[in-house]
Amino acid sequence: MSDIHANGDMTREGEAGFGDYVALLKPRVMSLVVFTALVGLLVAPVPVHPFVTFTCVLFIALGGGASGALNMWWDSDIDRIMRRTKGRPIPAGRVQEGEALGLGLALSGISVMMLALAANIAAGLLLAFTIFFYVVIYSIWLKRSTPQNIVIGGAAGAFPPMIGWVCATGSVSIEAVLMFLLIFMWTPPHFWSLALFMNADYEKAGVPMLTVTHGKRATRNHILVYTIALVPFALAAGFTSIGGPAYLAVAGVLNALFLWGAFRLWRRDEAQAEADGYAAEKRFFKFSLLYLFLHFTAFLLEAGLKSYGLGGW
Amino acid sequence: MALNTQHEIHSRRLGRNLGLALVLLAFVALVFGLTVVKVTRGDPMQGFDHTVRPEMAPVTQPEAGQ
Repeated sequence: MSDIHANGDMTREGEAGFGDYVALLKPRVMSLVVFTALVGLLVAPVPVHPFVTFTCVLFIALGGGASGALNMWWDSDIDRIMRRTKGRPIPAGRVQEGEALGLGLALSGISVMMLALAANIAAGLLLAFTIFFYVVIYSIWLKRSTPQNIVIGGAAGAFPPMIGWVCATGSVSIEAVLMFLLIFMWTPPHFWSLALFMNADYEKAGVPMLTVTHGKRATRNHILVYTIALVPFALAAGFTSIGGPAYLAVAGVLNALFLWGAFRLWRRDEAQAEADGYAAEKRFFKFSLLYLFLHFTAFLLEAGLKSYGLGGW
Repeated sequence: MALNTQHEIHSRRLGRNLGLALVLLAFVALVFGLTVVKVTRGDPMQGFDHTVRPEMAPVTQPEAGQ
């Protein structure tokens, strides 16, 4: 016998470790937030002290993590049903719902306040709005009520580079808006391609993804239309102060490939997709991650070239 | 058997406590570092202090011909 029994009910079998609280912050989503926010900050025309840059990116990421924890608190009922999410700390029984809510709220407050102190109040407010948008507008309101959930909800994921830009400059400009629109327009084809081969999960949980409400044919049409709509924004960014010939060359190739991928998905039907285990859909989904990563890398490349007197227009 | 036998849950709690301690220490270091950076940059932090500070007066261009 050990003194574990002395505590009786106070010791839960699946008590959380430190890693479970980290998992509540969705570290994989956070990596995208860190990268795009960092690029937004570095390509801005106002130089920022490296330590302040580090602090800003850290608290933007923490704000993203806080909204992740709040999302897991709200969605714990459907996370229990979906195969992809049932290993998360709350459905697995290692973290209580109230703990996730408390952690999310506390980290939201800390991250917003610290970002306002480290950078400026506008950046802090924008981060607060982003958390509000992701948790209230997307998770609580849209996600379970409309198949357009990820179209509008995608805005939450699109804010980080804009917040980074505002940290440096204190205001929003066309460059920040175009970085926002690049992620905003990219989100629907990215998620819908995932939904094409993860459809059963969403259907089981009753989440009205486009694949569930309108079927896969309509989803393929939507992917193509949104990809076509994305291209002008991706290319337009190349003509602003954060773009240049190198960015345009990269964006040109990436957008051509992305369009071709969307066109191939559009031409396929369910019989073909099931025959090869959704190979093209999975490839398109993976490429969409690379697409966004390389666009922001190209912005960074232009900024780097500019510091050597090259790049830009 | 001794009452203080180590149970798996104790090591998990220790890990959690150490993790939290590290996070708090990192936060203190971060706020300290941020303070140092903000203070040593100095110039944007001057404010009116009931005495004249010439360096805070707006720069005026000398008019042509003077």
